[in-house]
Amino acid sequence: MYHKSPSYRVFNIFNTVLLIVLALLCVIPLVHVLAVSLSAKAAADANIVGLWPVDFTLEAYKKTTSNPVFLSSMWIAVKRTVIGTFLTLVLAFLAAYPLSKENSAFRGRNVYAWLFVFTMLFNGGLVPFYMVIQKIGLMDNFWVLVLPGAVNVFLTILMLNFFRGVPKELEEAALIDGAGHFRTLFSIYLPVSLPAIATLALFSMVFHWNSWFDGLLYIGDPKRYPLATFLQTVIIQRDMSSMSINPADMALISQKTVKSAQIFIGALPILIVYPFLQKFFVKGLVMGSVKE
Amino acid sequence: MVLPSLAFLIIFAYLPMGGLVMAFQDYKPWLGLTGSEWVGLDQFRYLFEREDSLQVIWNTLIIAIFKMVLNLFAPFMFAILLNEIRKQLVKRFVQTLVYLPHFLSWVILGGILTDLLSTEGGLVNRILTGVFGMEPIFFLGNGDWFRFTVILSDVWKEFGFGTVVFLAALANINPSLYEAAEVDGANRWKQTLHITVPSMIPIAIVVGTLALGNVLNAGFDQIFNLYNSLVYSKGDIIDTFVYRTAILNGEMGFGTAIGLFKSVISFVLVVISYRLAYKLANYRIF
Repeated sequence: MYHKSPSYRVFNIFNTVLLIVLALLCVIPLVHVLAVSLSAKAAADANIVGLWPVDFTLEAYKKTTSNPVFLSSMWIAVKRTVIGTFLTLVLAFLAAYPLSKENSAFRGRNVYAWLFVFTMLFNGGLVPFYMVIQKIGLMDNFWVLVLPGAVNVFLTILMLNFFRGVPKELEEAALIDGAGHFRTLFSIYLPVSLPAIATLALFSMVFHWNSWFDGLLYIGDPKRYPLATFLQTVIIQRDMSSMSINPADMALISQKTVKSAQIFIGALPILIVYPFLQKFFVKGLVMGSVKE
Repeated sequence: MVLPSLAFLIIFAYLPMGGLVMAFQDYKPWLGLTGSEWVGLDQFRYLFEREDSLQVIWNTLIIAIFKMVLNLFAPFMFAILLNEIRKQLVKRFVQTLVYLPHFLSWVILGGILTDLLSTEGGLVNRILTGVFGMEPIFFLGNGDWFRFTVILSDVWKEFGFGTVVFLAALANINPSLYEAAEVDGANRWKQTLHITVPSMIPIAIVVGTLALGNVLNAGFDQIFNLYNSLVYSKGDIIDTFVYRTAILNGEMGFGTAIGLFKSVISFVLVVISYRLAYKLANYRIF
């Protein structure tokens, strides 16, 4: 057996060490941010914090969570994630059912399928899209965060591929018993596709929680930004002149520990759903074939 | 049942396509789409005369091609190495950690990176100066270093997630192939070379060809969250350039033109790459 040979053993040790180092490299930055956020201001400003907090304190988190703008943006992000995910799931579920049928059962299926797929291949680009949002009056409106991305063609295709794997006999039995298509969809397909729906939900949640550009582009008042956009403006954009924030908040924002706390809180929901996500997405991706 | 989704697509995908006529106009917001003057292909001619737009196209290609190649090879190699780990616990530990950065947004990672790479006490420069005795490197303020950082940090974010498809391919290799090779006296390296790698080639072709369609997407989210005026000349890509010219400077017609230029080329490339993936590896999206 090859794994008993001395040279393979040496390789194996090196390999294990190398991969563990690479794996740690993926999380060390986050650990560092967490350590800074839990350190005293003086230690953070003196750049002596490594991977462990110096002079442990929760001060930064207290300051962050007492900032009303931060809290309201978090609430908007939660609202957006819940509503957006729900809408995406309903639309994907409804559209995937007819699209998963054979051409003979649903005439015009190919035309519809291409109308969907074409939007993945070609788009009008940023400027015309911006104009449409302006024209239909979604500017500065909460719904601009939810409606434009409501149909996710990629997730619809994942759902469609899952439906194809559902045994045909189930549906035929239901149709013979007199159920209509809606009834079949909700009483037969819905219960069996819960794992697929969970996968889609997790992907969609991550997408909505992480989205920041639409908020920056379409929402004028920083007080109504979703959390990701708020974080983008306070963490990334060093030019604060455009923001209507009072000097007291400015002082709060410029502190390194508070910035780190905000980064960590922004990543927290992802870290929480991540274990569930990880369990699902390997199956989910293979189910919907390769993506990229 | 398709209708609700279709309605959304018509409003948010097909309606903007109509707005593309702006690319052929000298668009003035107060005149609107119907009132603005038609200028034919002037915007496109302008696009190829302006030095900054040519530079931007060049930047986009360089950054995207490096990302494309590295994001194919890094997961490929990593999957092979990971497959050699026999202790399930170690394997699971590594997998859990490497997938994570993929799910964090560039806002979060941008914040972390600017902090880590800062010349004033960023962790990376502290290590470079303290441990290796080097001069601090201005990662995000020097054009060449900026490109390097953008490419490397993207590979860092995505290499773990990219292994998923390769691991799936590895799991599907028939174990009797290895047993036969073992009987023939092939060591693990020979087995890897003659069984593992060839078995992964089809999926690598799919991933590689599909990435081809993205060659003008150098990563808006990432660049937007990392760059600053110091590195515009080497770091600006088509998407960030469109945002700055059209939305911030109000050159709507020009912004649409360069956007259209990108969409058309991307469309052609995506269609070609899907065809290729189908031909070479029998891959279909649905």
